[in-house]
Amino acid sequence: MSDLRMNKKDKKGIHQLYQNNPSQADKALWGRITPLGRRGFIKKSALATMNAVLGANMVFAEHFPAGMIPALLYHSTEPFQIPGKSEQLVVLNDRPINAETPAHLLDPEWTPNDLFFVRNNGIPPENVNPKSWTLTIEGESAKTTKRYSLEDLKNNFPTVHYYLTLECGGNGRKEFNPPAKGNQWSTGAVGCAKWTGVKLKDLLEDVGIKKDAVYITYYGKDTHLSGDPNKTVISRGVPIEKALQEESMVVWAMNDQALPVMNGYPLRLVFGGWPASCSGKWLQKIAIRNKIHDGPKMTGQSYRVPCKPVPPGTKVADEDMCIIEAMPVKSLITYPKSGAMISLNRTLNIRGHAWAGDAAVKNIEYSIDFGRSWNPCTISTPENRNAWQHFEAQVKFPETGYYELWAKATDENGQSQPMILPGWNPRGYLNNACHRIAIKVQ
Amino acid sequence: MSKNLFEYPNQQFLDLYVRLLKWFVFIVISVVMACLLYAFWPTGMKNLFDNKVYPSQEQLERREAQRAMNQAEQNWDKVENGIHLRTGLVYDENFNLINATCTPCHSAKLITQNRATREGWIDMIRWMQATQGLGDLGKNEPAIVQYLSEHYAPDQIGRRQNLDMETIEWYELE
Repeated sequence: MSDLRMNKKDKKGIHQLYQNNPSQADKALWGRITPLGRRGFIKKSALATMNAVLGANMVFAEHFPAGMIPALLYHSTEPFQIPGKSEQLVVLNDRPINAETPAHLLDPEWTPNDLFFVRNNGIPPENVNPKSWTLTIEGESAKTTKRYSLEDLKNNFPTVHYYLTLECGGNGRKEFNPPAKGNQWSTGAVGCAKWTGVKLKDLLEDVGIKKDAVYITYYGKDTHLSGDPNKTVISRGVPIEKALQEESMVVWAMNDQALPVMNGYPLRLVFGGWPASCSGKWLQKIAIRNKIHDGPKMTGQSYRVPCKPVPPGTKVADEDMCIIEAMPVKSLITYPKSGAMISLNRTLNIRGHAWAGDAAVKNIEYSIDFGRSWNPCTISTPENRNAWQHFEAQVKFPETGYYELWAKATDENGQSQPMILPGWNPRGYLNNACHRIAIKVQ
Repeated sequence: MSKNLFEYPNQQFLDLYVRLLKWFVFIVISVVMACLLYAFWPTGMKNLFDNKVYPSQEQLERREAQRAMNQAEQNWDKVENGIHLRTGLVYDENFNLINATCTPCHSAKLITQNRATREGWIDMIRWMQATQGLGDLGKNEPAIVQYLSEHYAPDQIGRRQNLDMETIEWYELE
């Protein structure tokens, strides 16, 4: 409980979650399945028990009624939130937990752990013991099978760190028309952190890679929403070429701290610049495959777009859908927060980040006249490949009125961001339309 | 000289005695007043005259928890403006069917944040059946599809919407 800091005035999060779906909030937030069942709500006659619970301070007692906000927490000064996460994240879904970061909170150079978005497909593992955690590497294209403890990884391979951008393939889905199914991400399913771990390349070479290797895939310890223990939640991966890149990592630390529970504690993959679903969390197994991997959410329409462009609303056959690899060029204005009111004589300093899959961002421009004219921003050089870059500019406004500040990045291959939505696709991936914020000049 | 020591009362001794007594009474009264002020501040002196037993912090918390639980119990299936508050789903004759079919596996938020046509919702059901362990919906399927496509139909939003002026929180930038 000590790490669940929250102010009294910020009770909204937990209360909302519980109001929306008490049992699921229980499960999602506390990892608790109540034996009383979904309607096991406490009755007035059971209040005596409740009092005993309260008096004895047994907040997490097994028989605590389903879906109640543990009563002591109701007015505790340290109630609850998504474990390890800020109350300011926007919760899109509470089972599985999916939460995004408002653009202005992505302002720091590197995204803090408590502000990094959460995209869960299943239920995170409970009671993780890092001492007994192992990672197995196997597969038909592996020369041997090896199993490593976390200590093995830390002691037997060079420890490296890189700044890598993770973005959900569906970031921006909310804007597609016709709408696409899934979590309706706005702009906040992205972040860039400092990751510490080992190069995946070193591990794969330690096990031995056969010549016919095509793909690597992961298996995590999260469990399926349906409760079926034999069902794999998600098992995706990347082509062997991406896996062997210097910056492809198996990590145990994020911004020099242990991974947050929701971001894969104690071990995960990180492939910067590719859909974050490639970067398996709660990592316990990697397989080297001799074919393109065919695990859950690798096939069908998941994380795929039409191989050839289609009109909006088209039903596309599975065989005409292609796997998403590097994410497209994109940028976010992180300062100021949308809705700023400033005086006319003021020079506004704006800033944000830009990223472009496996490429570097070459330049970034801003417009205050709805795209009629564009002005350059200064942009930092990337810390390493797959790290987002920081931009800034000084903006003057010609007269009072309503403005939109738009930002448009261009990568080293000349690819740029559209101002309207990019090509429609059935699942609503890859929306890299330019970011817009509202400003009033008085 | 030594004789005087045993004379009683001795005027000098008496003066000293009275002075000490005055001081003692003054200190006792001050301490009592201070205690009273401490005990009844800031509820006021009126509390001196009633015989109420004031609940402990623990009792207050327990009472508040009971109140919260009773309220939560009452609100379990509360409907406001056609919305079932706990789940956020539209409340109609098919609500129970939807709630019982969908929310055992995933949050109702996954329904309420999505929009699709009839065909779109059927596709999602087929996807859940093919990959997520959802069973055959049997005779319930038409009602489920009807509910979803009626209440969660797509809006015509065009190729790109205006920034949502309703949700922007305007603020003075320092």
